[in-house]
Amino acid sequence: MSATLTIERLTIGLPEGADRPFAVENVSFDIDKGQILCVVGESGSGKSMTANALMGLLPQGVEVKSGRAMFEARDVLRLPEVEKQALRGAQIAMIFQEPMTALNPLMRIGDQISEVFAAHGLYTQSERRKRALDLVREVGLPDPEKIIRAYPFQLSGGQRQRAMIAMALALEPKLLIADEPTTALDVTTQAQILKLILDLRKKRGMAVMFITHDFGVVAEIADQVIVMREGKVVERGDAASVLHNPQHDYTKRLLDAIPTGKLPDARKLSDTPALEIKNLRKTFRTGGGLFKPVREVHAVDDVSLTVARGEVLGLVGESGSGKSTLGRTAVRLVTPDGGHVMVGGVDLAALSEEELRRQRNKVQMVFQDPYASLNPRQRIMSALTDGPINRGVPKEKAQAKAKELLEIVGLGADAAMRYPHEFSGGQRQRIGIARALAMEPELIIADEAVSALDVSIQAQVLDLLRDLRERLSLSILFITHDLRVAAQLCDRIAVMQKGKLVEIGRVDEIFLSPKQDYTRQLLAAVPGADWAQTEEVPA
Amino acid sequence: MWKRFRSNMGAMIGVVLLISVIVIALIAPLIFSDGPWQMVQRPFLAPFAVDGLPLGTDTLGRNVAAQLAYGARVSLLVGLVSTVVALLIGVPLGALAGFYGGYVDEGAMRFTEFFQTIPNFALAIVLVAIFEPTLTSITIAIAIVSWPPVARLVRAEVMSVRTREFVDAARLAGLSKPRILIQQVLPNTVSPIIVMASLMVATAILLESSLSFLGLGDPNSMSWGYMIGAARTVIRTSWWLSFFPGIAIVITVLALNLIGEGLNDAFNPHLSRKGKA
Repeated sequence: MSATLTIERLTIGLPEGADRPFAVENVSFDIDKGQILCVVGESGSGKSMTANALMGLLPQGVEVKSGRAMFEARDVLRLPEVEKQALRGAQIAMIFQEPMTALNPLMRIGDQISEVFAAHGLYTQSERRKRALDLVREVGLPDPEKIIRAYPFQLSGGQRQRAMIAMALALEPKLLIADEPTTALDVTTQAQILKLILDLRKKRGMAVMFITHDFGVVAEIADQVIVMREGKVVERGDAASVLHNPQHDYTKRLLDAIPTGKLPDARKLSDTPALEIKNLRKTFRTGGGLFKPVREVHAVDDVSLTVARGEVLGLVGESGSGKSTLGRTAVRLVTPDGGHVMVGGVDLAALSEEELRRQRNKVQMVFQDPYASLNPRQRIMSALTDGPINRGVPKEKAQAKAKELLEIVGLGADAAMRYPHEFSGGQRQRIGIARALAMEPELIIADEAVSALDVSIQAQVLDLLRDLRERLSLSILFITHDLRVAAQLCDRIAVMQKGKLVEIGRVDEIFLSPKQDYTRQLLAAVPGADWAQTEEVPA
Repeated sequence: MWKRFRSNMGAMIGVVLLISVIVIALIAPLIFSDGPWQMVQRPFLAPFAVDGLPLGTDTLGRNVAAQLAYGARVSLLVGLVSTVVALLIGVPLGALAGFYGGYVDEGAMRFTEFFQTIPNFALAIVLVAIFEPTLTSITIAIAIVSWPPVARLVRAEVMSVRTREFVDAARLAGLSKPRILIQQVLPNTVSPIIVMASLMVATAILLESSLSFLGLGDPNSMSWGYMIGAARTVIRTSWWLSFFPGIAIVITVLALNLIGEGLNDAFNPHLSRKGKA
C-alpha cells in the first residue's frame, strides 16, 4: 500500500514567550490509503497544531520551521496559497470539534454543502443541490429533504457533526482530518459518529487522521496510533500493540489513568441518609406569546432518590437528561416546582430565602468549569473563608481551616495568598473542592467536576475524591456523563433519561446486569468497551 | 497589564500629552501670576510680535498663553468631575438593573431611555440655561447627560458576570445578594468601565467647550471654549485667537482617546493582538 500522506521531521515553531520553543518537534508519520491513524495526546501536546499545519490554518506567529508533508508527491506545507486553496476541501478535508461554531449559523445546511462545490467551481446550481441531498443521505441524516433546508441551530449536536462530515466528503477527499470530532457529543451519539466514519472509510477508501485524547475512541477505530507529548512523538505502532503492550512510560500512565470500568469492591453503606430527594419536579417554560404555545421541558420529572451518609452516588445521563438541573435543585440554586429535598432533617426546597442563606452550608457544590468557578479578582484565601466567616466562624479560625484544607487537597498552604490565574485547571478544581469542604457540608454535589480535565489530571482528582471519601466520610452526589468515571468512584449509580430516573442500583448491578434497555444502550456506547472488558476479566 | 499598556506606542504618547497638559494647568499660577484676565499689552498682537507674549494678545489685550494655561484647569476639572459624577449615577443604576433583573431592570432601563431619547447637547443647554451658568452647574449638566451609556454598559457586564459559576458558588456560601453584587460581580466589570471613563472625560471636555462657545460658560472662569467663542468675530483678522485653544482641545481629547484605546487593548489582549497561540 502506498502512503497517502507522509510527514517527515515536521517542526512547528511557537512565538517567543510561549511555554516552549516548538509546538511540534521532529514529528514523522505516514498514513496509508484507507487507514485510520489516531493521534493521541493531552491538551497542549501539539496534536491539533500538526493538523492545522497540514491545512494551512496555523494561527499568526506560529509557523512551520522545517520538515515536509508529502501528499501526492507535493509538499503541502510549501504550496503557494492558491494551490493550497484548491487542495483544501477537494483533496484534504477537515472536521472540527465544535460543529455549532464550525457551521455558519445563518446558512441552510444544503446551501453550506453546495457552497463547497461552488468554491471549487463545480457543477450547476441544480446539480449541486442534488449532490448535497445525496451526501446528506449518505451520512445518515434523517429526512434529508427537510434537513437541507434546516439551519444549524435546528439540528442536534450529532446531526450537526454529520452535516460537517457531509461537507467534508463533498469532493471525495483522499484524506480526512478529524480534530476531536466526538468530544462534544454524548456517548451514544459518539458511537454513531465513529461508526459512520468507519463505514465511510470502508466505502470510499480514504485515509483518516483522527485526533483524540480518548484511548477508548482509539480502541474503537484506530489502525495505527501515535502518542504525542509536548510536541514530540513518544510512541507509535498499530492499535493493538499500543493498547495492550505500551512501551513508553507516558503511554502507560495515560492508559492507567483511563477510567477502565474496573469495578470497585462494594462497600458497606450506612442506613442514615445524607440526602433524601422525594418526588422532585422542575419544569422550564420558554417562549409563549400571542401566537406561539409555551414550550415546556420537564427537566426533572418526579424523581426520588437517597444518598446515604458516606456514600458516593453517581448520577449518569446524556445531555438534556436533567441530571444537572437535579443537582442544582438539590443545592437550591434552582427552586423546584414540587417535591422535597431533605438534608439533615431540613427541607431545603421549602425554606425562605433568608432561612436558606443560613442553611446553605449543608449542601455544597463543585462546579464543572475550573476557569469560571473561581472569581479571577479574589485571592484563594478569601474564596475559601468568605462563606465560613459569613456564618460566624472567627476570621483566624476560618483562615487556619482554609490552609489546612489546601494541604488536604494537595496544594499547600501558600496557595492561599495567590490568585486563581496562577493555577492550572486541575489545581483550580482542587481549590473548588477545598471551598466546598470549608463550609463543612453534609453533602457535596459534584457537577461534571472532572469532565473538563485531561485524563491524567482527571485520575488525580478522582483519587483525591476517593481519598476524601474515606478520610472525611463524605457523601457525594457525583453527576457525570461518563459511565467509566462513575464506575471508578461511585458506590451506586442512578441513570437519568429525559428528566426521569430510569434505573438505580449498585455499580456492579448496573454494569453487569442492567435491567433497563436505556442503561444497556449507554453501556454499549462507551467507547472501547470491548477492549476494557478484556482487560478486566482475565480469561 | 501595565506591561501591555506600556508597549502600546499610541497610549504612551497619549500619557505624555496628558501629563504635559496637567502640568501646565497645575503651574499656571506660577508662570502667569497675573491671571488670565489682566490686560498686559495692546490688543490683537500676533504671536511672537512682542517678547514675553509667545501666543500674542486677544481682543482686549490679554495674554493668550495665560488664558490657555488657565483654561486647561477648567477643562480638565470639568471633564474629570463630571465623569466621576456620571459614574456615580450610572454604575449603581446599571448594576442594580443587571443584577436584580425583572421589575428593577425594567424600571431602571425605562428611566435611562427617557434620558437617552433627548439629544445630549440640547439637554445640557437647557439645564445650564435653567440654572445659573457656574462651573458647578455646568459640571452637573454634563454629568446628567452622559451617565446613560454608563448604566447600559454596567448592566450588560453585570448580566454576563452574574451567570458565571463563581457567583453560584458565592450564593452557596450563603453570602447576601448585595454582598455578592459588590464583592464578586462589580470588581469583574471594572476594566470596561475604566476604558469608558477615560473616553467620557474627553467627551465632557468637548461638551464644556461647546457650551462656553455658545456663551453658556461660567463668566468668571477662563475656558478654551470661551476663548474660541470670543474670537469668533475676528477669526479672519486674528486667526491665533481661535487656533491655539482649538489645538489645545484637540491635543487633550486626542490624548484621552489614545489612553482609552490603550487601556482597552491592555484589558482585552485577545481582541487586540490575535494569534498569540
